[in-house]
Amino acid sequence: MVRPGVKGQRLVALFLLGGLLLNYPLLDLFARGGEIFGIPVLYVYVFSVWALLIALMAIIVETRGD
Amino acid sequence: MLTGGLIILASFAYVGLLFGIAYYGDKRADAGRSIIANPYIYALSLAVYCTSWTFYGSVGRAATSGIGFLPIYLGPTLMAALWWYVMLKMIRISKANRITSIADFIASRYGKSQTLGGLVTIIAVIGIVPYIALQLKAISTSFAIIRRYPEVAMPADLHRAQLFLGDNTFYIAMLLAAFTILFGTRHLDATERHEGLVAAVAFESLVKLVAFIAVGLFVTYGMYNGFADIFDRAEATPAVNNLLVFSAEVGNYMTWASLTFLSMLAIMFLPRQFQVSIVENVDERHLNKAIWLFPLYLLAINIFVLPIALGGLMHFSSGNIDADTFVLTLPISEQQAWLALVAFIGGLSAATGMVIVETIALSTMVCNDLVMPALLRMKWLRLNERVDLSGLLLGIRRGAIVVILVLGYLYFALAGEAYALVSIGLISFSAVAQFAPAIIGGIYWKGGTRLGALCGLAAGFVVWTYTLLLPSFAKSGWLPMSFLTDGMLGIELLRPQQLFGLTGFDDTTHCLFWSMLANIGCYVGVSLLQRPSAAEHGQATLFVDALKYTPAAGSQFWRGSASVDELRALLGRFLGPERAREAFNAYARNHRIESGQTHAANPDLVHYAESLLAGTIGSASARIMIASVVQEEPLAIDEVMHIIDEASQVLAYSRQLEQKSRELETATNELRMANQRLQELDRMKDDFISTVTHELRTPLTSIRAFSEILNDNPELEAQQRRKFLGIIIKESERLTRLINQVLDLAKIESGNAEWHTSDIDMREVIEDSVSATSQLFKENAIELELDLPDTVPVVTADRDRLMQVMLNLLSNAAKFCRTDGTGRVRISLRRTADALQVDVADNGIGISEADQKVIFEKFRQVGDTLTAKPQGSGLGLPICRQIIGHFGGKLWVRSRPGVGATFSFTIPLAAARTEQHDAERARGVA
Repeated sequence: MVRPGVKGQRLVALFLLGGLLLNYPLLDLFARGGEIFGIPVLYVYVFSVWALLIALMAIIVETRGD
Repeated sequence: MLTGGLIILASFAYVGLLFGIAYYGDKRADAGRSIIANPYIYALSLAVYCTSWTFYGSVGRAATSGIGFLPIYLGPTLMAALWWYVMLKMIRISKANRITSIADFIASRYGKSQTLGGLVTIIAVIGIVPYIALQLKAISTSFAIIRRYPEVAMPADLHRAQLFLGDNTFYIAMLLAAFTILFGTRHLDATERHEGLVAAVAFESLVKLVAFIAVGLFVTYGMYNGFADIFDRAEATPAVNNLLVFSAEVGNYMTWASLTFLSMLAIMFLPRQFQVSIVENVDERHLNKAIWLFPLYLLAINIFVLPIALGGLMHFSSGNIDADTFVLTLPISEQQAWLALVAFIGGLSAATGMVIVETIALSTMVCNDLVMPALLRMKWLRLNERVDLSGLLLGIRRGAIVVILVLGYLYFALAGEAYALVSIGLISFSAVAQFAPAIIGGIYWKGGTRLGALCGLAAGFVVWTYTLLLPSFAKSGWLPMSFLTDGMLGIELLRPQQLFGLTGFDDTTHCLFWSMLANIGCYVGVSLLQRPSAAEHGQATLFVDALKYTPAAGSQFWRGSASVDELRALLGRFLGPERAREAFNAYARNHRIESGQTHAANPDLVHYAESLLAGTIGSASARIMIASVVQEEPLAIDEVMHIIDEASQVLAYSRQLEQKSRELETATNELRMANQRLQELDRMKDDFISTVTHELRTPLTSIRAFSEILNDNPELEAQQRRKFLGIIIKESERLTRLINQVLDLAKIESGNAEWHTSDIDMREVIEDSVSATSQLFKENAIELELDLPDTVPVVTADRDRLMQVMLNLLSNAAKFCRTDGTGRVRISLRRTADALQVDVADNGIGISEADQKVIFEKFRQVGDTLTAKPQGSGLGLPICRQIIGHFGGKLWVRSRPGVGATFSFTIPLAAARTEQHDAERARGVA
């Protein structure tokens, strides 16, 4: 039986964090050109945040205990 | 080398493989060994979200707006974080109520309303039609392109000369319809679950992912030297480098945010997503892994989108190749026949997966929530009398599948050319977003009403049609362009894409804003203006409190009577008689009821039958069918409130129960203590009796001994004889005194003693008692000293009893005082605040600290009673204490061993007497 508890709250917090990081104005800070390892900063930023969110979701959900 | 025949063969082989997987999945499911009962298959099946839109369209979108294709995948990622709450709740609700489609869900929430279910179905079908057209367009375009291999050419001749039979796309649509019918409607299942289908969809998700990544790797590392190389070159290409930043030309943050929001709603409320994520869910725990695996899939399938788009733009710099086809045209232009075929199969996979699941979901809705309710209402069809309706149900669904695909084909033929793939898809996304207020509001807000949902949905749908669907017709030339430029009827304010003069938004955001405003506004506004009906209230509680109630709770909102046979017959008509019998037997087994023995169905069984039926024909129709065989007593609103009250009362009861149990515990403790006290008293009584008998025996023994001596020796000297007789008399007196005292004590203790109270002068009592005992003091040469004030207030007491106390204290003093001539006893009387206090002090042997505590107990004599002859009965002081206590005073002793002892008692003054003594005095006087 799945029970939303503190894990559920962490996921909601993650949702809010993701919504912040992937929208104006924070997104705008990385949308002005420039490159990291030859790849545009915007591209690197969005995909890194995305991957980070997924990793955090996995950690929150898969961690035992509540 | 890639001939049309080979491509068609490969396509059919692929579809054949899918059938094989689906067949295997169904077989395993029937055998009870499900292959889809694991979270990985579940997560992969959710990826049915990625269609041709993702496979071909994302690249096209990226080619015009850079990273602007991503919100469609970021939204679901964010939404996944909320699944733990929202999706879980929807799964629980759907399982408990056997909900099989999104129309059923909304209808069921708002009092099992048929109208609402029908409206949702209509919105879903019309809204999804462009989406299906998108898939048809993708398949037909990709087929036309790969058929020309090795030439890279845009299929300009796709513009068909005639509709239907002269058009390849029509055949593709019909083939897809045939696949879907074979996949989804081979037989009827009460749960609407299709295990084989889910297995095939999961496999398709793998195929499209692998195919897309294969193309991505080829473009990135085969045609270019990795990511950095592509981006470097793009930077150097003036026509392309604006895609690398978030510039005003490629989109703005408003579009970005609204697309994110739109896709968050789409991942929840697209009919096919509802189907795979909720209806086909085997175990709610699978959600745990899907929460991060599904976003991971989305991330993986998007990594190569931008490189392919940039690579394509630079490779086909002439600009005459549609960016929507880069995934296919890039391998073709590099003469990679097999890779092109893989890409084609991948695209086919993405499209067929979507079409099959979407049309199955839609056909279920059309059948259960639109056609069946209508047919059941047409009395002249006499459907109620048909024995087996399962064939009819399948027929309706198959027909619906064909109709939906034909509609999709028509939209493609009429409007499909004017738009890129993603733009077509966004029209559908905006349509399903209209479900969000009714559903989200429905599961978190009890106040939402049927009429509110109806108005909200209708308003949102109308606005969507006006601002997004009709303009798409206009742009395709099927409506006059003046509709767009001048507004309806030439009114500028009504221009569909600048409604009321609102500008600065893209089409989708514009539609989203106005439709949500109308939808949420009507939903909330109308809901607040009216009171929900009883049925709505019951369903609202079941939905909103879904995580609190047990699944069987639905039956409590039902009152009525029905016969088991009628119910079984009804179910038999929709499920087939065999399945119906099985279902009833299963119910009887689970509830330990002898089947065939009961004729009247209880509410629980009726609810069970209704939910079985709901799985097949939808909750609204099921409600009507059940109502036809059941004499239902309508639930009044106050009854529903009462049932809800009951639930809260149960809570209150349990709290009361806790309190009661605490009280019980306290009472038990008190009882235990009382019992201990009782046992102690019992032991004391035994002790008392044994002591009394012991005390009686002592004088008796000596009386008997001396009597025997006198009897046996008649010649005894007279002097001797007199002495012995004297002892006998003395012992008899002692015996009498003892018995009198025991009786006296018993009387006082039981409250039966007679009291003759009167106003007495304490000085008199003391003087009388002193003169009565003066002989005793003289004999023992004890000096007696009196210290009495001149006057004292009178006290109310029994004179004889007080005398008894004084005599006892004085004789004790005489007994234990020094007998060597230095003995001294001092009696003093003085007045304290509210009492008279009498002290009798001697300078005798005194009483030890330990003994002071026990001398007031019965038969407790100080000193070694075994060796020394007892000098009293041991009842004197206890009797004194009882007497003094009776008058409200106290009796106590202060003593130092070897120095002497002082016995003191108090008698309260008249003013300080308690009522009890007043009463007793009154009785005594009378």
